[in-house]
Amino acid sequence: MSALIDIFPVLFQGVKITITVLLGSIVVGYLMAFIAGFCLLSNNIVLRLITRFYIEIFRGTSLIVQLFLLYYALPMLFNFDLGSNYLAGVLAISLNYGAYMAEVVRGSIESVAQGQREAATALNMSRFQRMRLVVFPQAVRMMLPEFGNYLIQMIKATSLVSLIGMKDILYYGDRFRFSDISMTPLVFLMVLIFYFIIALPLIFLTRKMEEISKKGVAS
Amino acid sequence: MDWNWKGELFFEALPFVAKGIWVTLSLTIVCYIFALVFGFGWTFLKRVPNKAFNWVVTWVMEFIRSTPPLVQLYFIYYAWPEVPYIGATLSPFTSAVIGLGIHFSTYISEVYRSGIEGVDKGQWEASTALNFSTRQKWTKIILPQAIPPTIPMLGNYLIILFKEVPLAAVIGVVGILHLADDFGQANFRFLEAYTVVALLFLLLSYPSALLVKQLEKKVNYRFDKKSPNGKKPLKESKGAVS
Repeated sequence: MSALIDIFPVLFQGVKITITVLLGSIVVGYLMAFIAGFCLLSNNIVLRLITRFYIEIFRGTSLIVQLFLLYYALPMLFNFDLGSNYLAGVLAISLNYGAYMAEVVRGSIESVAQGQREAATALNMSRFQRMRLVVFPQAVRMMLPEFGNYLIQMIKATSLVSLIGMKDILYYGDRFRFSDISMTPLVFLMVLIFYFIIALPLIFLTRKMEEISKKGVAS
Repeated sequence: MDWNWKGELFFEALPFVAKGIWVTLSLTIVCYIFALVFGFGWTFLKRVPNKAFNWVVTWVMEFIRSTPPLVQLYFIYYAWPEVPYIGATLSPFTSAVIGLGIHFSTYISEVYRSGIEGVDKGQWEASTALNFSTRQKWTKIILPQAIPPTIPMLGNYLIILFKEVPLAAVIGVVGILHLADDFGQANFRFLEAYTVVALLFLLLSYPSALLVKQLEKKVNYRFDKKSPNGKKPLKESKGAVS
């Protein structure tokens, strides 16, 4: 029991970093998702091709490789340093999950019933109005459960930033185990529980979102 | 040290790093088989008709699913040997198989569940009426109908797993990422080696994604024709986003 009391404050130091990385990734990630998602639906073929290229690159390779490329290779390649590992971590996570979520955005908007668009056109709405007032509000509901799932994926991904030297929960856990090797199982179990506690509200949120998305969509 | 791209180093790195592809591939396959088999275990555990037991299984699965696989790998590799009585030292490869295999089995079991729920209820009733034993029901009636529609989803998880496997490098599995690191340290140049890694990944995962898409089309086609009541083939279990 006393061991637990020792471990807790050490791991707690890392929570702040994990949360800030997570928040940064969420904001930039969703921004990327919506930008790329709308670009995929654009009439401009060049825009569509560029976006497709971005999505295939980031979905086709692994996050850990992207993280290392951004952090170690980018400074060498373009002589351009991102400046901080925070930026590299957030960029890698949000570009990766943004690519996945862009497909969710596109898929949801496309799966809004065609009749809704036709009805909006019949009401003499402009293209922008149609999207803003009719299609988008319905599409967002369909996106919610998938967005929730990706949120949990992002929490898991934040543990990778310890590999580029950020002092998150995993970093402190990994460092603590050297003080007493026999405590290793307890330390890592605690690290897992920490991540689970951060994920817990999001698990409930995802379930709630699934309920919301079930009602109020014309099909 | 200069920072410019060097073509000849790239070609030097290519064969060196490519050696790791076999480790990455075999780890992916072994993990996948482990996850497929273990996924069945979860599915059946979840079907035990006991509420308390069910609750425990659900939350254990949720726990495994929503905590980072990286920490789970650390746990298996560094912490397992220190666990009193049952602890044992495992090789990096075995640890990776167990860690990633268990992580993915929770996802795979969700796929199986959606497949089993997709089988028409009348099929259960009919097989009961025909006096089939429980085992016969599963092996002869339910599973043959439940598994084929899930093939595209299972294929997707193979690709996702393939992209998670480089994580194993952190516990010392000598995959492509590890070899790229070695090459980088030997030559004080990481750029070319990591570029090779990224290229190899694209080269391997993009065709496999196309393959799964093709497979999906084939399976859907078969089921559209076969399904008697015109039922649509299965979609993803959670939040059906097409």
